[in-house]
Amino acid sequence: MTDNSTSQNLAGPAGIEKSPVSRRKFFSYAGLSAATLMGAASCKKFDIENPFEKPKEAVDLGSGDFGILNYAYALEQLEAAFYIKVGASFYDGATAKEKMYLSDVQRHEIAHREFFKNALGSKAIGALKFDFSSIDFKSRASVLGTAKAFEDLGVSAYNGAGELLESATYLLLAGKIVSVEARHAAAIRDLIKYGDFAGDDVVNAMGLDVARTPPQVLAIADKYIVTKINASNLPTS
Amino acid sequence: MNLHNVIDQIEKVDPEVYERLNGRRAAMKSLANLGGKFALATVPLALGSLLKKAYSQTPSAQILDVLNFALTLEYLEAEFYNKGLAASGLIPAGDDRMAFEVIAKHENAHVVFLIATIKALGGEPVKKPTFDFTAGNGSNAGPFAGVFSNYDLYLAVSQTFEDTGVRAYKGQAGFLISSNAVLRAALQIHSVEARHAAHVREIRYRRPSALVVGMPLPWITLNNSNIASPLVQPSYNGEEITMQAGIQIVGINGFEITKEDASEAFDEPLTKAQVLAIVDPFIV
Repeated sequence: MTDNSTSQNLAGPAGIEKSPVSRRKFFSYAGLSAATLMGAASCKKFDIENPFEKPKEAVDLGSGDFGILNYAYALEQLEAAFYIKVGASFYDGATAKEKMYLSDVQRHEIAHREFFKNALGSKAIGALKFDFSSIDFKSRASVLGTAKAFEDLGVSAYNGAGELLESATYLLLAGKIVSVEARHAAAIRDLIKYGDFAGDDVVNAMGLDVARTPPQVLAIADKYIVTKINASNLPTS
Repeated sequence: MNLHNVIDQIEKVDPEVYERLNGRRAAMKSLANLGGKFALATVPLALGSLLKKAYSQTPSAQILDVLNFALTLEYLEAEFYNKGLAASGLIPAGDDRMAFEVIAKHENAHVVFLIATIKALGGEPVKKPTFDFTAGNGSNAGPFAGVFSNYDLYLAVSQTFEDTGVRAYKGQAGFLISSNAVLRAALQIHSVEARHAAHVREIRYRRPSALVVGMPLPWITLNNSNIASPLVQPSYNGEEITMQAGIQIVGINGFEITKEDASEAFDEPLTKAQVLAIVDPFIV
């Protein structure tokens, strides 16, 4: 059930990783990949014993602003891992324009993910493991439908998280990212159904987009995240 | 919009609204006395009196300033789209017209929402300015003369307004940090403006013209406006930065992230002064 794109996501897929890998970096990648493989193995064992239980290894997002930044980092990890898998082998019949858009989005999400990783430094949670087995990566409808769900979810997550931040600096950074997520959401929605960039399912009668709390967002994202996430220390107001 | 809808919408903006109002029942009862269904025009009033009870704390003058600044921009956008939709032969029937009807609906809703919010907080909403969409400061013969007869020009101005609006809200967010409910609502408008911007850019991508430079993508690359007019450049300057919080995004952690990618991945704010300078030629 663990998706092997997790190790790709860490080491960078072919075509993404450009600069020569230093010896030190190689070993750190190798170590992480090994950890991932071990995670995958233990997960498989769990499947046999109890398909509904998640592996015990859990990450704690933490508290305060760092907790919220880790929450954003977790969501960016999810999005980046998804688009890396999408780009590794595009769905059947993908047009040149669709490939261009999805590749652009992939690099934006990797930029977001790596930004949070570096900004958090020693406070950063580790690499999460994902389960994309419910997605048919050969199917346009499945891939774009999932992309739409992830982008709309991301927008609602940042819209709901802004008020949980204490620092205006971090709030601005979240603001810089959320409008790009909204651009992605609109672009993907337009690919699925031209003109659906801001449908009534996401923009209400007052002209407001969706905002969700971290527990609401994590409940929706849960089916794709294998790693157990402890969000109980996040701020609530 | 019926009563339950209004209540639901408020609850989305502020899940704790019922605690502030001594419970949902009390809130429902006070609104129910106003009648089962609201005409849209009465919504601000009903919302206003409801929200006034919920947020009895005096908001800072700064928050009201931000909301009135936002209202000015929403007036600008709403009237631009209302006039565009009313101009015969401007917006092609079909996908384009439907898109601008959606955008106009949202901008008009933002005007209604901001007026209601400002009143609810005890402030005085600014009056709608007189606009000159030719950017002629009242001459109605400015550099964008023909904006309501030349669709390519209309699209270029629309894209500029939407991208500027995104940057304007982003620049104000920090001033709203003391009010969770107002900050949340501002962010909820901000992302809608970004959806609009992405779609108008998509329309321009699909419709080459002398006014389209390069390939407008849904996101902003470097400081490219993709518009053949130097007048809109201030709305895009600054979007090209690749450093975020002291972290270089280009090539970050060994990943192949170009300066184009890095600029696209983060939208940048504008200050109120920068935005007012940009919209000044449009306001008489």
